[in-house]
Amino acid sequence: MSKRNSFVTTAPRLAAFTGLCLILAAGCGNKKKEGDPGSPGSSAAGDKAGGDKAGGDSAMPGVTATEIKIGQSMPYSGPASAYGVIGKSEAAYFKMINDKGGINGRKVNLISLDDAYNPAKAVEQTRKLVENEGVAFIFGSVGTANNTAIQKYLNDKKVPQLFIATGADKWADPTNNPWTIGWQPSYRTEAKIYARYVLKEKPGAKMCVLYQNDDFGKDYLTGLKDGLADQYDKIVIKTASYETSDPTIDSQIVTLQGAGCDTLLTAATPKFGAQAIRKVADLGWKPMHFVSNVSVSLAAVLKPAGLDKSTGIITGQYLKDPNDPKAANDPGINEYKAFIKDHLSDVDPNDGNALYGFSVSGSLVKLLTACGNDLSRANIMKQAAAIQKQVVNTLVDGIEINTAANDFRPISQMRLAKFNGTSFEPMGDLISAD
Amino acid sequence: MTMVSATADIASAPARRISGRRLWLAALLVFAVVVPLVSSGYHVFQLTQIVMYAIAILGLNLLTGYSGQISLGNGSFYALGAYTAAILMTNAKLPYWATPPIAGAVCFVAGLAFGRSVTRLEGLYLALATYALGVATPQILKLDVLERWTGGNQGVVLSKPTSPFPSLLNDDQWLYFFCLGAAVILFIVAWNIVRGRTGRALIALRNHPIAAGTMGIPVAAYKSATFGLSAMYTGVAGALGALIAGFVGPDSFQIILSIGFLVGGVVGGIASIFGVLFGAAFIELVPDLTKQVSEMSPSLRWLAELQYPAYGVLLIATMLLMPGGMAGLVRSVELRIARHLHHPPRT
Amino acid sequence: MQAFLHQLLSGLANGSIYASVALALVMIFKATHHVNFAQGELAMFSTYVAYTLIHAGVPYWGAFVITLVFSFAIGVAIERLLLRRLRHASALTVVIVFIGLLVIFNGLAGPLFGFTIKEFPTPFAPNASYGSTYLSPHEVGMIGVTLIVLAIVFAFFRFTRLGLAMRASAENPQSSRLVGIRVGWMLALGWGLASVLGAIAGMMAAPSVFLEPNMMVGIVLYGFAAALLGGIDNPWGAPIGGFIVGVLENLAGAYVVGSHLKLALALAVIVAVVVFKPSGLFGRTVVVRV
Repeated sequence: MSKRNSFVTTAPRLAAFTGLCLILAAGCGNKKKEGDPGSPGSSAAGDKAGGDKAGGDSAMPGVTATEIKIGQSMPYSGPASAYGVIGKSEAAYFKMINDKGGINGRKVNLISLDDAYNPAKAVEQTRKLVENEGVAFIFGSVGTANNTAIQKYLNDKKVPQLFIATGADKWADPTNNPWTIGWQPSYRTEAKIYARYVLKEKPGAKMCVLYQNDDFGKDYLTGLKDGLADQYDKIVIKTASYETSDPTIDSQIVTLQGAGCDTLLTAATPKFGAQAIRKVADLGWKPMHFVSNVSVSLAAVLKPAGLDKSTGIITGQYLKDPNDPKAANDPGINEYKAFIKDHLSDVDPNDGNALYGFSVSGSLVKLLTACGNDLSRANIMKQAAAIQKQVVNTLVDGIEINTAANDFRPISQMRLAKFNGTSFEPMGDLISAD
Repeated sequence: MTMVSATADIASAPARRISGRRLWLAALLVFAVVVPLVSSGYHVFQLTQIVMYAIAILGLNLLTGYSGQISLGNGSFYALGAYTAAILMTNAKLPYWATPPIAGAVCFVAGLAFGRSVTRLEGLYLALATYALGVATPQILKLDVLERWTGGNQGVVLSKPTSPFPSLLNDDQWLYFFCLGAAVILFIVAWNIVRGRTGRALIALRNHPIAAGTMGIPVAAYKSATFGLSAMYTGVAGALGALIAGFVGPDSFQIILSIGFLVGGVVGGIASIFGVLFGAAFIELVPDLTKQVSEMSPSLRWLAELQYPAYGVLLIATMLLMPGGMAGLVRSVELRIARHLHHPPRT
Repeated sequence: MQAFLHQLLSGLANGSIYASVALALVMIFKATHHVNFAQGELAMFSTYVAYTLIHAGVPYWGAFVITLVFSFAIGVAIERLLLRRLRHASALTVVIVFIGLLVIFNGLAGPLFGFTIKEFPTPFAPNASYGSTYLSPHEVGMIGVTLIVLAIVFAFFRFTRLGLAMRASAENPQSSRLVGIRVGWMLALGWGLASVLGAIAGMMAAPSVFLEPNMMVGIVLYGFAAALLGGIDNPWGAPIGGFIVGVLENLAGAYVVGSHLKLALALAVIVAVVVFKPSGLFGRTVVVRV
């Protein structure tokens, strides 16, 4: 017992030792900042501005004559690690761009840090990016909670939070958060499109909803309410939720089938989307089955669930399907496949996350090119809110990215498509939710 | 090392030891006060996190290291503290500085209640129960019935504390000193508890619960009180963590958080007060350092990917090779040096 | 009524997985009085080994057997190399080592095998005659495998000399040593067998929940609940606990508490059992000797 006590008596030394380690660690970190503006060594105007002072001293934080430094935090570890592929794909994309000479002569330096899908960690990493690394802006961080956690900080600091990888609807709020903008169509928009389809094609539908019990899943409910309006209570007769920690969702599907629905919306992430598709088929239940866009990847969902069991599901698409035989000669998809082969060979080209990363990076490069030589944060944000008819060739043909000062929804069109056992067949034209 | 030799060691040179200790403590305090004044915002933020983690790990050490009750779910109390602070600030409009004490009190009560119901449990069962609690925490936070207060999965965004002396300290520095103040108070309290009668009773019931009971130590009361105390420390840390991040949401409180506390506690020394500083610095800084090292050369790239397995290896290696953690290591090195210098007679 | 029957059967199917996990936990508890927190992660890792083999062209049952051998070896290795050194260590030390193992296996799986879900084949033909809309052939097979494994475990301990020796060393190591049983190896054997049981649970679960690094995190929690409910030192109680938990989870989720509280239900079972009846429904109450 006195052994413990003697720990205590000598422990302050240990603590001081810890302190020493801290100083060393801080020292390492500080080295990066030796080029602060004002110090003799700094090169181009505003070069390597240490964030805090960046706003005052430099018009273009994170930007030099040869480089534009941007940052993001990604779930490379933790429960959502599957999304880490997005970050890998984006890093590889910018490397490819840099190999080709960069954007207006500047190379893109993407600093991608791990946040383990933990909002508190995302705050820490974002502060590191802004204050220590002095990035020009934050690009494409993943996760609704994580982006919510950093939104206030970034807006207070007037640092653009660009093209974030979440489909929550709340990002389109230029009045309160003028420095935050999403990219993909929102989950709510998607659900609204399904609702309209049901109203038009199957007016007397009895609809069930299986949703993930978080804001992702609940956005679909909100979208259905928007789209079905006063019909909602009549059409949606039963909903069931699941938690990501549930081993299976069989029980929920059984409950929904028991309610007597002829239409089902599954708002689920890939693992549970695949489980739902399979269980519905195993039950011999044949509802009109809408599956959320995040869970229709051929490689990650439909194949594991069984292609025959997946036949007939309907989804809203905005990205092309790399596996579609009709896309074999599509220039966008070919470019994407060549990119995977040359720069990201350890990733399955059918992984929807890789295609997403490729596409959103392409969109960003177009935006930065449009900014010309004025890469100040204000101008980047101004340009992000004034995108006109931008076309990214891995998006479904016909989709244009448009934004305006009062419209922070870059992609708001989708196309319904039905799975025929090998690929998705378009059902009609593009639908805009607005 | 035996009990006798250690006691003799302390008794033999009390004056020198105490002055030495004071010197080190003073150095530490100077460091803690000066460095944040000259560091950049992000580094102050990191230091603030370390101070906050130190409080949380201290809570775990009091429980697990001193009273021998294994908790794999202290993240739950951390979450409770964080949400208490968030709800008080947004719903009851309380000022931020009032929230850590209240969060501590709430967690104390919760910990006491939990501790009371589990006092009869042996180590393993307790570990199981707390592990389950830790895993289920994010789900409990998402419950619909609580959504009015917790914000469900959306969480709650908090406005960050602002400095009352903006010309002296910026907001980050102010928050740092606010946390430091809380930490100093809590460390002094812990120090006194551990060194006094209570501490000896705790250690006795850790090392031999049944014997401790027969010696007249009220085992159940002590155990549940320690649970309350530990929850209080962890809850205060949670409240501070909420202020530091400016956000609370269920995803912040995954089981990996509890495991992180355990890593910090074990690496620093699970039965030590000041070892927690090392443990806290470890869990805050090592992930970043690993990433930096891994980027030095392509041949080190795997380091970043294997950070979690490395944690596991470290946990096991620490338990096998230096169960006292860093505190134990420093202590034994010191003893060796002292022996070498003075050749004291063996007692 | 039909829906109720369906929930019940589907609960039994899930329960059979929990039963295997619980049996594995009991196996280790009986032999060493430890609760293996890493049981689930070990099972997940073994399942990845099977997956890799199958994708390398090994036929299913071949991969199945190789995986069991591999799991057995890992289990024995962990006991011989790691836990042997901790024979006299405190519960705390052992728990921390298990958490370390959990973190290692969970952390290795992602970088090694990827994070996207993998389809794991089932050995049971998809249109076999024993399938129905209530239970898919795989679910029927899964329950069958669990029952067969239970029977084998029972026969092993009841009718073989080795099984008897293992029981003896768990009950009374000193006397066993005196009659010439190599107690150390018996403990290692217990670990190996537990690891094999875990691997079977993993390979049976994977076709229905899909293989990914966090596959077992939820399942193992139900396994804990099952083992505690049935009595963690009772090889018969624990699997029964597994089936009870599986059914309870489904019925309560569908009719009582709602599906978002299912995991909390496992937590409630664990806490209720450890607080009110630590020996479980079928376990023995142990009196500690001072």
